[in-house]
Amino acid sequence: MLKNYFKIAIAVLRRRKFFTFISLFGISFTLTILLVLTAFIDKVVGDTYPDRKRDRSLYVSRISQVGKDATSSGPVSFYFLQHYAGSLKTPVNIAISSGFNGTNTYVNNKKIALNFKFTNAAYWDILEYDFLEGKAFNKQQVDNADKVAVISEDMKKEYFGDMPAVVGQYIEADNVKYRVTGVVKNVPITSYMTYSDIYLPYTVAKDGDYKNNKGLQGGYFGILLANSPSDVDKMHNEYEAMVSRLRPEEKWATNVYSHADTYVKAYVDTGDEKRSGTFIAVTAISIFAFILMLLPTLNLVNINITRIMERSSEIGVRKAFGASSRTLVYQFIVENIILTLLGGIIGVVLSVIALQVINSAHLIANLELTINFTVLFIGLLVCLVFGLLSGVYPAWRMSKLNVVTALKAQ
Amino acid sequence: MIHLQNIEKVYRTNTVETLALNKVSLDVAKGEFLSIMGPSGCGKSTLLNIIGLLDEPSKGEIRIDDQKTDKLSDKQLANFRNKKLGFIFQSYHLINDLQVLDNVELPLLYRDTTAKERKRLATEALAKVGLSNRVKHFPSQLSGGQKQRVAIARAIVGNPEIILADEPTGNLDSAMGNEIMDILVQLNQRDGTTIVMVTHDEHMAKKTHRLVRLFDGSQVQ
Repeated sequence: MLKNYFKIAIAVLRRRKFFTFISLFGISFTLTILLVLTAFIDKVVGDTYPDRKRDRSLYVSRISQVGKDATSSGPVSFYFLQHYAGSLKTPVNIAISSGFNGTNTYVNNKKIALNFKFTNAAYWDILEYDFLEGKAFNKQQVDNADKVAVISEDMKKEYFGDMPAVVGQYIEADNVKYRVTGVVKNVPITSYMTYSDIYLPYTVAKDGDYKNNKGLQGGYFGILLANSPSDVDKMHNEYEAMVSRLRPEEKWATNVYSHADTYVKAYVDTGDEKRSGTFIAVTAISIFAFILMLLPTLNLVNINITRIMERSSEIGVRKAFGASSRTLVYQFIVENIILTLLGGIIGVVLSVIALQVINSAHLIANLELTINFTVLFIGLLVCLVFGLLSGVYPAWRMSKLNVVTALKAQ
Repeated sequence: MIHLQNIEKVYRTNTVETLALNKVSLDVAKGEFLSIMGPSGCGKSTLLNIIGLLDEPSKGEIRIDDQKTDKLSDKQLANFRNKKLGFIFQSYHLINDLQVLDNVELPLLYRDTTAKERKRLATEALAKVGLSNRVKHFPSQLSGGQKQRVAIARAIVGNPEIILADEPTGNLDSAMGNEIMDILVQLNQRDGTTIVMVTHDEHMAKKTHRLVRLFDGSQVQ
């Protein structure tokens, strides 16, 4: 039976090449976009390098002062992290780092654009960067404001070329020379809290913001580390309680909000207290995926109706010779699933190509997208849903055809 | 074998009501070869469709092999048609995307038959109609007469007790028509298959046991 369905499905696909092309194009193209999107999300959310202790970490990325008519929101200050977050009992350590800043440097008259960020020493204890050579700067070096730096492997390649070992060498950034203490594996720019080309001790920051700014808002992120995953809730509550005691520094503001959240929640935090960033992100992605899938599904439904109605004589004959409506629905759904799976296979191949192209084009710094089994599974599931959605209605409509009418159609 | 009593068929649209069959009563005995004749639009095909359970009468009773058919569900009807009836259509109604053998196998797909058994039975049926050498062909590669022979093979592959043929020679020239008719007569005589055939052709009708004439939906002979 299935072999017969398969034969006829292939024959029908070959008969109407243009329709087949449109159908397959719709499915495979949509699937490619979804697969690339999921690969991207998977990489951004799922890649735990270098913060491998996510299960016992909370991220502080933002603080907001909210008044009746205005809101001021942005990264927290160094002072806030050290003074307020640092006073909490549950965190065993706090990684503090600034957002990354861009600057230019020159090697042999070649301009290199680079990003640098400042960190404390605990940053290197909490985050597990893979050191390709050397090591991180230590607390002593930070306290001494030593001009030392940890650089990324790409930076090493760009600045030092083929030099095999660069620890001890000097790299110039923002008109200052820093001695390289270590080289780490690249972090994609999408992990904005941990990405940089050059990491420097916060004490060497020229603006002195870390000591001058005693306000709540500044240019830093924090990662609070609990002793164990079971302490994370306690740490969260303690942080919330601490923030609730804060007074706004702006006269117009009435409330202060800041949260120590899990990685994903912090990643998508918009600073809007009424709507969670996770909710907005999930809703936006769902609506996008839904519309993306809806269009080819409707297209397929339409094409399928035309296709199936063209075969009304066959429907009549099958019914006359003993096919029940249910058997026919089954047959047409199977045929449609064959079509969508075929589209799915093409989609997967296209996705692999697209990911290769995106990776090799270096569109996003250090982001290496890979196709994985989760993504593949989602893709195939999407195909099946496509097959069912676009096949059920036409098949049901067709199965209700009166035999005599169906036979007369030809 | 087939018992029709006071069969009426009315086609209704919003404005017009057409009486296609008016109180037709008919009995066809087991092993009989009956032909139905009449001018175009007199209700011949409608009657054949009703006998074949492809269409429902507006009124009246049908019994086939002593079984009332009006209460059967879609699945039961499908099963009943599959086991008891075989159809031959004027325009063959072969599935162009399938090879001859697959076309003939079609009724067996809806039974518990293995692929091997299906192939054996379909090959046998094709041999009966003299088309053993065309199994791998597609319908578009066959002549009209050959197509109709494939259609006959499809109708007999499941060994039904009744064959319903709607102008089986209508699209064929007289030589080919006679060939097809000979196959049907042979089926009736050799295998005892009950055949009801709609035809326009007096010459063909004369080869059957009995002739029923319809005029404006009523039985006149």
